[in-house]
This record gives sequence, structure tokens and C-alpha cells, in this order.
Amino acid sequence: MINFPILSVITYLPLVGILLILFINKENYKLIQWIAFITAVVNFIISIPLYFNFDSRTWAMQFVEKIPWIEEFGISYHMGIDGISLLLVLMTTLLSALAILSTWSAVTEKVKEYMISILFLETGMVGVFCSLDFFLFYVFWEVMLIPMYFIIGIWGGPRRVYAAVKFFIYTMSGSVLMLVAILVLYFINHSQTGVYTFNILDYYGLNLPFGVQFWLFLAFFLAFAIKVPMFPFHTWLPDAHVEAPTAGSVILAGVLLKMGTYGFLRFSLPMFPQATIDFIPFIAWLSLIGIIYGALLSIAQDDVKKLVAYSSVSHLGYCMLGMFALNAHGIQGSILQMINHGFSTGALFLMVGIIYERRHTRLISEYGGIWKVMPFFALLLLVVAFSSMGVPGTNGFVGELLILIGTFKLNVWYGAVATIGLILGAIYLLWMYQRVILGEITNDKNRHLSDMNFREYAYMIPILVFIIWIGIYPKPFLDKMQVSVEHLIEQIKYTKDIDEGEKREAKKEVKELKSKRVKELNSSTPELLNS
Amino acid sequence: MEIIIPTINLASIYPEIVVTIFAIIVLLLHAFTPHHSTSYKGGAGKGGDHLGYISFIGVAYATFLVFTQEGGTEYSFNGLWILDNYSRFFRLIFLLGTGLTILISVKYVKDEGINHGEYYSLILFATVGMMIMGGGADLITIFLGLELMSISLYVLAGYTRNRLTSNESSLKYFLLGSFATGFLLYGIALLYGATGTTNLKGISGFIAEANFGNPILIMGMVLLVVGFGFKIASVPFHMWTPDVYEGAPSPITAFMSAGPKAAAFAAFARVFFEGLPSLQGVWVDLIWVLAVLTMTVGNVIALVQNNVKRMLAYSSIAHAGYVLVAFVSANELGIGGILYYMLAYTFMNIGAFGIIIVVGGKGEKKVNVDDYTGLAYRHPVAAATMSLFLFSLAGIPPTAGFMGKFYIFSAAIKSGYIGLAIIGVINSVVSVYYYLRITVAMYMKEPEPALSDAELRPNLVFSTAMIIAMIIAAYGVLRMGILPSDYIALAQQSYLSF
Repeated sequence: MINFPILSVITYLPLVGILLILFINKENYKLIQWIAFITAVVNFIISIPLYFNFDSRTWAMQFVEKIPWIEEFGISYHMGIDGISLLLVLMTTLLSALAILSTWSAVTEKVKEYMISILFLETGMVGVFCSLDFFLFYVFWEVMLIPMYFIIGIWGGPRRVYAAVKFFIYTMSGSVLMLVAILVLYFINHSQTGVYTFNILDYYGLNLPFGVQFWLFLAFFLAFAIKVPMFPFHTWLPDAHVEAPTAGSVILAGVLLKMGTYGFLRFSLPMFPQATIDFIPFIAWLSLIGIIYGALLSIAQDDVKKLVAYSSVSHLGYCMLGMFALNAHGIQGSILQMINHGFSTGALFLMVGIIYERRHTRLISEYGGIWKVMPFFALLLLVVAFSSMGVPGTNGFVGELLILIGTFKLNVWYGAVATIGLILGAIYLLWMYQRVILGEITNDKNRHLSDMNFREYAYMIPILVFIIWIGIYPKPFLDKMQVSVEHLIEQIKYTKDIDEGEKREAKKEVKELKSKRVKELNSSTPELLNS
Repeated sequence: MEIIIPTINLASIYPEIVVTIFAIIVLLLHAFTPHHSTSYKGGAGKGGDHLGYISFIGVAYATFLVFTQEGGTEYSFNGLWILDNYSRFFRLIFLLGTGLTILISVKYVKDEGINHGEYYSLILFATVGMMIMGGGADLITIFLGLELMSISLYVLAGYTRNRLTSNESSLKYFLLGSFATGFLLYGIALLYGATGTTNLKGISGFIAEANFGNPILIMGMVLLVVGFGFKIASVPFHMWTPDVYEGAPSPITAFMSAGPKAAAFAAFARVFFEGLPSLQGVWVDLIWVLAVLTMTVGNVIALVQNNVKRMLAYSSIAHAGYVLVAFVSANELGIGGILYYMLAYTFMNIGAFGIIIVVGGKGEKKVNVDDYTGLAYRHPVAAATMSLFLFSLAGIPPTAGFMGKFYIFSAAIKSGYIGLAIIGVINSVVSVYYYLRITVAMYMKEPEPALSDAELRPNLVFSTAMIIAMIIAAYGVLRMGILPSDYIALAQQSYLSF
């Protein structure tokens, strides 16, 4: 296992695909599509053994690869996964393959560049979930912006340029502050241990004063909250989603948003436990606002894709809420919900893409009575919608139930408000379903729509399998993450117990700090660095 | 009066000698070979590319000599000259910048009908000036180098003499540059008056012993900041930059933004870190303000530029601001950061100008952002290369620009300037917008259908020299971004002994 660098192979195999594609004439776009698809499928197949060889009895990082990279700064090429990232990696490789398959007929121009972008994106996404070195993580995190920017900007809808630039700048403004925070951590780590390293695992053991934790948490929060996106940082999302081509939306919703939540789990929670605990009410309310506000906006949309886009804001609110419940149920539910959201929202976008390809409109009012012409499509959409709103028997139910249990343990009020979101979720999805699928065919243009073809089944069925499988028997998925999640909670609790007294002191300190200006932080932090 | 015979160590100035000799050779060669009559009349010169290639060989040979020079720190010429890792690293930056400039000039000068020996000769003389600035251990040596460099550049800026903007550029550069030189000289004079020496070591020794609160000393220091501030184009001494950069021939603009700027930084850092370290408390605050202003003003004004050359002029101001951040940090990482960043900037900026030259075409007619519309579908490789350089300038990994910024901001944070680092990173987000504008034009906009087919498909011609230059630049950008270890080690060995 150590001899075979499986994580690196998964990360860089798409680049090999790109290399092959570069040598093909752009006229021969069928071949390009096949090579891209085969690369992604092979990548997924290679990633499957990760699941079976993963030892779920330990929280330690597995499949670790570590070689020095930029020794002058203590940067190493350090990859590894634990129970938190395992499922996300698998979901990424699967969704990438399906996304590529889904655009065979949707993207017919500049196919070569398109497939290169998607494969490049896959490298970035897998890299983010596998990196155990902060520098490496940051490189992947940023590099991913480039292909996504091109995907939205070149193959997107009418306002694509605006959406692409907005996406790029929004995301980047969050992440550069994270870079500053990473560098501060780097020097604090050096002052405490005498070693220059960007190893994420080493940072877990740092003893950070509360005031420092507060600011660092805030910097990381901004980067991740924009990515998630949490209210009020969500405004880039509807633009990006609506303008992006189908595969772009699928990957954006399925994987990119999860990087934000993953970031919280991997960095914010274990590194800044005190700040995390202090931020619970703040984040919980932002999440709740996101849940309700996202759902209300979804109800109001007349465009199916916008509806799904806003529903993401709502769903990711659940993930954040469950995570910050800081108990096993909440966090497990949150991770599972990340996967679920990837499948169910990914599937929704795919299905929007399917009817869009037939009618070239996404307005709800243009449809109606689709079940008569596309019965299988109608059935499938029903299942996916059920999954998205969390009907028992589908994956959404398991995730949301766990999150709600966790939330109720934390605070009954949070739980109560979150439950309202569930009802709203049912409203916007069922109402959309009713207007698009049910009733009589009101628009003549819809009379001769063909039902789904073989290729469309090929990418919808795998998702359907997971929707039902996780819904009925989630144990194989939950088992993999359990130990890691328990360890994460221990990390937080441990600091919480020890520093309970210290924290009360520190709370006063932070109030003073809050009132101080950034400039004064400048003069105070070097002392912290030197202490 | 006793006459001191200075220790003359020619070995320590071999590279400078070689470049000088080649500058003269190129000049003479052009003078004594029969002129291809058209070349002086503004038409396409038939003169061969040999002048450019000979100059390039000279630069390559000088680079080789720099590599063979022994390590360690060595003073010679009676303390006027220093050879250390710092000056070695900077020489490499200058020679690289010059080499790339020569390569991207070869076709340009033929198209513009300025294929003269003087052109290359002046570039080489400017390079000698830069190298002298990098190796000067005395204010007089540095000043000599600065003047040699500046005067060559004044001429080069106006080299396309048939173009009005080029003349304007040259004149503006000359007037404002002389003004700045005046400041610098006055500063040197005041320092001499206060300390009795122009030798950097002597100055720092004097200040360390005597009371350094002497107002003349502070005054001299401030004037030096103004003088160097002009040369590195920091705000508020940047006014000349946009016009000069826009008007000068594109290869010269590329040249000016890389080498001379690096040279000014080399001298600036050496004077302040070796000569005036005792005054650090004073100049750090001053330069802090300069850094913030330079980054912010440069980036914000660049946002609204439509002319790509002018945009990159403002961008170059902003980049000087980032380097000033490293300067303020005043630690080993900071010095390494300056070196690393200037090297990275040389690769990426000259690279970007290479594409600008090709797209600009004869007479530099297509230099607006709109002229890049749809480039990606006519010339995918050119567009991809340009994007690489632009992403590097914007500081997106995995490119040299990102590593450079990473280096600089870590230096700032190490010294506790977290506020400054935050201002810096926010600035780099602002800069993303205008760099993206060019990629938007290249990739995301369809060319207007009204244009004729010939206009739609202007025939971009890449000469062999240009292709080589682009390959070197792209390689440098990627290598310094993905496997930067060697370069960082080199930069780290090169910090000043202070």
C-alpha cells in the first residue's frame, strides 16, 4: 500500500488524460470525449480500493505519501486521507466521470478545451481533499479556480463573464486572507516547536492563545464561508450556477461547495477549538438564516436551475449547522449530508440539463405535463426530489435526521428553526415538480419530447443507486467516518475541559481585542510569535 | 598627499567587461558593414538578425562567467566594488532580462525599421549600468551605474523616433529621470556631508559610532528614498511610468519593467541595509507608507485601463509595491523575497510583453484589451501562454508569481507586519480583475462579426527568437512555481551580510 502512491495517482491521472487530449486534433471531438470519459472512469475505478483498504478502526491518516518538496520553507508533498475525506474523494471521482458523460451532447463547441478544463478541475478537487500540507492544500485550492473560471466563462449562459469573474474574485478574496492566517500559524508553530513546517497534523497540537485563535478562525471562516457558501456570502453562487453549463453546475454543487465545509472540519474545528465553541451561536444563526432564506428564495424562483441553486444554500446550511453542533450525530450527519447533497443536487442539475437540452429553456412556466411524454424522467425526478427534501428511504433523510438530532442536542431552538426549513424544502421541490411534471401538457412544444436515452440513464442510474443505498443502509458509509469523527470531537472536548478556566479569562481578553484596531494587533502579534 | 594604488581585481568584473566589449562590437559591426539602405528609412530593414544574436551570445557568455565566479564576499577597487552572492544573483536577473529582451526584439526592430547596432548596444550598456549598480559598494559607484543605465534608457525609450508617443516617452523620462537623479545626488552629498564618506561600510560604521540623530543624515536618507523611489516607480513618484511605458517601444517597456527596476531595488536595498541599518527605525515607517500607496494606487488605476501596455505599467507599479513589502520586513526572508520576486517578475512580465509585441503587430496598432478578443480561438497557444503569464502576475498557483508573493508575505508576517500583509493580499485580489479582463477578452468574447476575415485573423507571426524567449519565460514561470526549491536556496544564500 505504501509502495503504490494511490492518492497521487488519483490526483494526477486526469493530467495524463489532458496530455493525451492535447495530441488530438480538435475536429475529432468524439475521440476527445471518449478519452476524457475513460480517464475519469479509470480514475474512479482506481479510487475504489481506497474504500476497501481503508482501515476504519483508526483515525490516523492513511495511504500517506510524504516527500520533501520545498525544504527551505519546510514544505513537503504530503498526502493522506482519513474517514472525513475518504468519502469526499470517492464522490469527487465518481461525479467527475458522470459530469463528463453528461455533457456529450450539451457541449459541442470547443470540446477539447472543455474536457481539459474538467480534467484539470478534477486534479484540483482531489488534491484539496488529500493534502496534508498547508502549502500544498492552498495550491490545489487556488489552482481549481482557473478551470472553473473557464468552464463558467466560456461555456456558460448569457451573463457568463460576469458570473465567472464574480466567482473568481469572491473565492479568491476569501482565500488570500486564509493564506495570511496560514503564514501566521506557520510562524507561531515555529516559535513553539522550533520547526518550520506546513504539516497540517503538526498544527493540531498547537497551544494558541484565545485572542489569536479568534482572528485566525475568522480568517479561515471567511475563506470557507464564501466557498460553502454561507449567508451572507452566497451571492456569487446563483450567478455561477445559473450561467455554468450542466457539468459545471454539477461539479460546483457536488464538490466545490464541499471544500468549504471540509475546510471547517479539517482546519477550523481541530485547530481553533476554543474559538469554534465561541462561534457556535454566530455560525448557527447564519446557517439557520441560510436554511430559511435559501428555501424562501427557491420558492420564489421561476427558473428551475435557479431554484436548485438556491436550494444549495439551504442544504449547505444544514451541513454547517450539524457540524457546529459538535457532537457525533451532528458531524456524521453533516459529512453524510455533504455526500448526499453532492448526489441529489448533482442529480437535480443533471435532470435540469436533460430537459434543457430538449427545450432550451429553464423557465418553469414553459413546462407542465411532462410525465405524459417523459414518464421515466418524471419518475426519476420524483426520486431525486424526494432525496433532496429528505423523504425516508432516501439518503437525504438519513443525513438530515442525524443533523437534526445533533442540533436538538445542542439547542432546541436551533433544531426547531431548522425543521421549518425541511417543510419549506418540501414546498419548493414539490411545487416545482407539480408545475413542471404533473397536469396536462399546456405548451405544444412539449408534446414531442423524447424520454431519456441510454447515455442519460448511464449517468443517472449510479446516482440513483447511491440515493437508495445510503437511504436504506447507510452503515457502510457511516462506519468509515465514525472513528475519525469521534477523534475530532475528542480534540475539541479535550481543549474545552482543560481550558475552561483559561477561557473565561480569555473571553475578557477577546472583548478587548475586538474593540482594538487591526493596527494594534500588528504590534501585539509579534510578541505572541516570539513568546 | 599619499597616492593609494587601488587593488585592481579584474576577475571580479569579467561579466561587466564582456558585456561592454560586446556592446562595442555590435556598434562597430553595424557601422562597418554596408547598410541595407532601407533600414534607416523607416521601412522594413533587411539587415540580418545577426546583431541581435551576437548581443545574445555576449549576454549568454556573461551569464556563464557569473556562474563560474567563485562564491564568497570580496571587496575590490579600494572598496568601491563588491562581489557577493547578492550581486551575483542580481546580475543573473539583469542578464536574464536583457537576454529575453534581445530575443523579443529581433523581429520587432526589423518590422519597425530600427534594426540598428545602436539599439542592441544601448541595451547592453544599460545592462552594464545595472550590473554596476548591483555590485557597487560605494554611493559613487552606484550613482555611476545608475547614470549609465538611465541615459541608455532615455535614448531607448525614444527609439521608434517616427512615433510621437515614443518621443514623448523619451522626453518625459529624461526630464523626470534627471530630476530624480538630482534628488539622489543631493542625498548622497548630504550623507557625505554628515558622515565624511561615500563608502557604504564607512557610512554604517560612522552612524553606529556617532549620534545618528543628525538631521542632515535623516534628510539625506529621505532624499535617497525619493531618488530610488523614482527609479522603482513607487507612488507618489510614479507619475512618469504610465506615459513612458506606454510610449516606449514594447521590448524596451518590457526591459525597463524588469532589469532597471531590479537594479534600482538592488542598489536601494544595499544602500539601506548595508549603509543605513542604524536608521532602520526611521526608514521602515517611511517605506511602509510607500509600499501601501504603491500597491493600492497601482492596482486601482490599472483597473480602468484599456491599453494593455498602460495596464501593465500600472501593474508594474503595483508589483514594485509588493517588493517594497519585502523591503519593509527587513529580515532575511525579505531580502530573499526581493531577489526571488524580481527574478519571477522578469520571467512573467517579459513573457507577457512578448505576446503583446506579437499581438501589437507592426506599428503597435493593436494594444487595447479589445484587440485580444477571440485570440484563444485563432491562436490557442499564444492565448494559453499569455494566460499563464497573467495568472502568474496575478499570483495564482502553481506559478512563479504565487511563490514570489508567498515569499514576500511570509517575510512580512515574520516581522509582524500582519496588517501590511493583509493589505498586500487584498491588493492582489484587486489585481486579479484587470488581469482577468485580458483572459476574458481572449477566451470569452466572440469577435464582432462585422469585421472582415482578414481583420478577424490577423496573422500573428512568431519569429524563432520570440518562440525561444517565450519557452524560456514559460519554463521559468512554471519551474519557479512548481519546483522552486533550487531558486529559493539560491535566493536564501544571497541575502546581504547585515
